[in-house]
Amino acid sequence: MTEKLQSAFKKLTGKGKLSENDVKEAMRDVRMALLEADVNYAVVKEFVNKVTEKAIGQGVLESLTPGQQVIKIVNEQLIELMGSSQSKIKWASAPPTVIMMVGLQGSGKTTTSAKLAGYLAKQGKNPLLVACDIYRPAAVKQLQIVGQKVNIPVFSLEAADPVAISRQGLEYAKKHSNDVVILDTAGRLHIDDEMMLELENIKASVHPDEILLVVDAMTGQDAVNVAKNFNERLVIDGVVLTKLDGDTRGGAALSVKAVTGKPIKFVGMGEKLDDLEPFHPDRIASRILGMGDVLTLIEKAQAAVDEKKAMELENKLRNQQFTLEDFLDQLHEIKKMGPLSQIMDMLPGINSKKMGNVQVDDKELGRIEAIINSMTKQERLEPAIINGSRRRRIAKGSGTTIQEVNRLLKQFEETKRLMRQFTSMEKSGRRGMLKLPF
Amino acid sequence: MGIFDKLKSGLAKTRDNFSSRVNGLINSSRIIDEEFYDQLEELLILADVGAKAAESIINDIKKQVRQQKLKAPEQVRTLLKDELERVLSKNAASKDMDLYPRIILVVGVNGVGKTTTIGKLAYKFKQDSKRVLLAAADTFRAAATEQLEIWSERAGVDIVKHEEGSDPAAVVFDAIQSAKAKKADIIICDTAGRLHNKKNLMEELKKINRVIEREYPEAYKEVLLVLDATTGQNAISQARVFKEAVDINGIALTKLDGTAKGGVVIAIADELSVPVKYIGVGEGIDDLQDFEPQNFVSALLDID
Repeated sequence: MTEKLQSAFKKLTGKGKLSENDVKEAMRDVRMALLEADVNYAVVKEFVNKVTEKAIGQGVLESLTPGQQVIKIVNEQLIELMGSSQSKIKWASAPPTVIMMVGLQGSGKTTTSAKLAGYLAKQGKNPLLVACDIYRPAAVKQLQIVGQKVNIPVFSLEAADPVAISRQGLEYAKKHSNDVVILDTAGRLHIDDEMMLELENIKASVHPDEILLVVDAMTGQDAVNVAKNFNERLVIDGVVLTKLDGDTRGGAALSVKAVTGKPIKFVGMGEKLDDLEPFHPDRIASRILGMGDVLTLIEKAQAAVDEKKAMELENKLRNQQFTLEDFLDQLHEIKKMGPLSQIMDMLPGINSKKMGNVQVDDKELGRIEAIINSMTKQERLEPAIINGSRRRRIAKGSGTTIQEVNRLLKQFEETKRLMRQFTSMEKSGRRGMLKLPF
Repeated sequence: MGIFDKLKSGLAKTRDNFSSRVNGLINSSRIIDEEFYDQLEELLILADVGAKAAESIINDIKKQVRQQKLKAPEQVRTLLKDELERVLSKNAASKDMDLYPRIILVVGVNGVGKTTTIGKLAYKFKQDSKRVLLAAADTFRAAATEQLEIWSERAGVDIVKHEEGSDPAAVVFDAIQSAKAKKADIIICDTAGRLHNKKNLMEELKKINRVIEREYPEAYKEVLLVLDATTGQNAISQARVFKEAVDINGIALTKLDGTAKGGVVIAIADELSVPVKYIGVGEGIDDLQDFEPQNFVSALLDID
């Protein structure tokens, strides 16, 4: 399958331009690849249309073949669709935080509940597991055993309904200063009205801060129906994807994300109780696509492009012609190229870890851009003329503070000074012995 | 309620989702063209038949439409039914139901419903007045033995069990000795769920299999793979690897009472020679049916 996809892209390789037909032909195989990875048909259709549109309009990067360019776009779009890594729990303002685990039979709720409890205990929390599955034979016993293994107390109640159990479990947690309560509910079909109503009742009764849908990574086309129903009835907060240690391509992840818009927060990677990991969108994207090798190739080609740009930057720095204008240009490139620290990585003899002061926080990029945009051309070329009143004006114009303008100017000067130091050092032939002033 | 009705009601959701769309497509299409085929292919893929198998089915149908010079979309429905039936019957279970003593080794990945299926199977054989013995060889998962014990009580059959964490092959060994002494007709062995890409766990399964072959050569051995109908194309990989390891000779397809269509069975029948023997259509102890290709396809497509 992966071979098939790779061969499809090979068809594109070596051609000068990416024509509409080329893209469409490649997309046929992308479609097949995604379907075989169990991404839902409707999701695939929408995705393929979106990427086709994007690919046709886009230019091909210098060092990439047209085929690689298409894969690059497909992969980027997949990662974007998968969302960011958000392995965080929404904490209640007043403890205990109530987390409710829901899902189909056999998706792995009980194991995941114990894993999550252990994970949170390691973070200094004091969780309580509550056994709300009164239907499956020995389910309560199972939770008790796994709870014991991770050293987490388990609350259970004989001859009570799940709503009462969860309510009393919550009371128990308050009395015993458990700051997290994890409700392990029974597995149920999303179309079982009575059982879904039970979950709604538990929700209304204990007001969970976090409802997590547990989804088996091997789920097929039906993943959309399951996720849609659970989300419509309960408004879930996130998803836990289990059994990802198997060889499934995990297309269900994409389907669930697309249909609910809710983040995948954790992934289950094994049967051991510490096999719960944060979610990495890029990993699952390349897994669904099934073309790790090609992606590595692209990364290398991409690195070459960055290196060329870095060389230009380096030359400017060496010749001390680096102005705020260039700095702004760099900022525009940064979105494509990753953080400035990575560009710095490519400059020989510089340890990026020691460059904390020069590093640009991605979140600050927008503000820095605004500051530089608020400068006159003259100011950008000769930052030395930026005096107090000019700083005030720039801060006002960019909606930032004078401190931020100052910080930017300082960062810029540091970058220049660093490069001066570097250049003179190289002249004296002591490459790699640079002592940074910070 | 007859078996067929039960199956149909169990598959009602499946049928509603699938056949109404097939019918809708057929009724709204006036000619058989590429657009029509594309939509038919979409329906098959949505039923988890798999992109590859769907493509091959559509190609077969195209060929037949050309050969028979068919013009009306309605005729394609019959073709589709015949085609699916043909694929599913290709490896239909042989009539080996009366071979005793028998030992059934039940295997599968985690969470597919092995223990529940065993409970239902035990009940089914018990209803046929067979002496059934359960072997609790899932010694790994917490409370798996307790779960099977409850099912043995529900079905009214005996069980052989060890401590959690003990050697599963030893449990099977004991069960075989016990079955011989008690002259039981059938042993049904539960095993721990294992992902098929875990080499050491598959080795453990092979060991259990070897114990059966060595200790109970006179019994008819059946290795039943339990598949969750909700599972997508990974089910094919599961079937392939379990077949290589312990030579599975039947499949139980569970959770068909949801909206999952279980179409991957078609892909498996198409690619591997493993017949489906049972389907699970509910949570009750009697919600396990013998798999009948004709009924399955008829219920799926709502054609009587």
